Amino acid sequence: MSTPEALACKELVELITDYLEGALAEHDRVRLEDHLALCDGCSSYLEQMRMTIELTGMLTEDEIPAEGKQELFRAWKEQR
Amino acid sequence: MTDDRTVVAPSEDLLLVEALRAGDERAFMMLVERYGPAMLRLAMMYVSTRAVAEDVVQEAWLGVLKGLDGFQGRSSLRTWIFRILVNTAKTRGQRESRTVPFSSLWSPDPEAEPAVDADRFRPAGDRWPNHWIEGAPASWEGVPEERLLAGETLDRVREAIEGLPPNQREVIRLRDVLGWTSAEVRDALDITETNQRVLLHRARSKVRRALDGYLHEETVVT
Repeated sequence: MSTPEALACKELVELITDYLEGALAEHDRVRLEDHLALCDGCSSYLEQMRMTIELTGMLTEDEIPAEGKQELFRAWKEQR
Repeated sequence: MTDDRTVVAPSEDLLLVEALRAGDERAFMMLVERYGPAMLRLAMMYVSTRAVAEDVVQEAWLGVLKGLDGFQGRSSLRTWIFRILVNTAKTRGQRESRTVPFSSLWSPDPEAEPAVDADRFRPAGDRWPNHWIEGAPASWEGVPEERLLAGETLDRVREAIEGLPPNQREVIRLRDVLGWTSAEVRDALDITETNQRVLLHRARSKVRRALDGYLHEETVVT
């Protein structure tokens, strides 16, 4: 935890999206996973982030009236 | 390296395009229902009023229909539709002579927005600087599933997203609500990979923070 190579928790929370997106360089990914293996707080943080993404995925979009779209389609169809 | 001529659209897209070309109105209305809300919100980022944005969406759909024969599946159908929408919105926005350049719409605020407040970490000079202080994030595993997945929790997620700056809000909606890939969002909005990721990171970090506050408070009460 005290080597200069080691990642601090404060840095890890800023790298978490790059990690989840697979956008970290191999070297940084290893550093991050080494840190996770030893740090309960950051492991919980990662788990919270995954759950956040999952919960966000459960939302649905608002519905809006499709005004004028049917007419648009019919007019286009007639002109073809 | 992606070959520019490669068909990357899923076969469902190609079938849909076939249906549209054949004049299948139901297929069209399904697309309108699916993408209309996101198209309207995005259009509103480029133009001044909702009425103009609605007009932009209408014009974009016409562009989609007219361009159908040119769709070759080099991108997903939704990416292609949103590119038409964004281009239409930009043109309209320019005509309104907006003063803010569109490129800055999707640039993350240069002001740092830490994912977690600095006071959650040990100070410099501490034995373990920049590591969690007491009260490091605790697992949500202790939160009963029925509470975690309850409508109220989802309301908090929705509120947190509503409160985000528009560029962060639209990126997290496309990525995490609608489930698009990073490449699709980048291509649809014509933004860089890095900007896409920074906006997503800030958005997700804030939603996580809002949820942690809520779930923690709930767990304490029970």
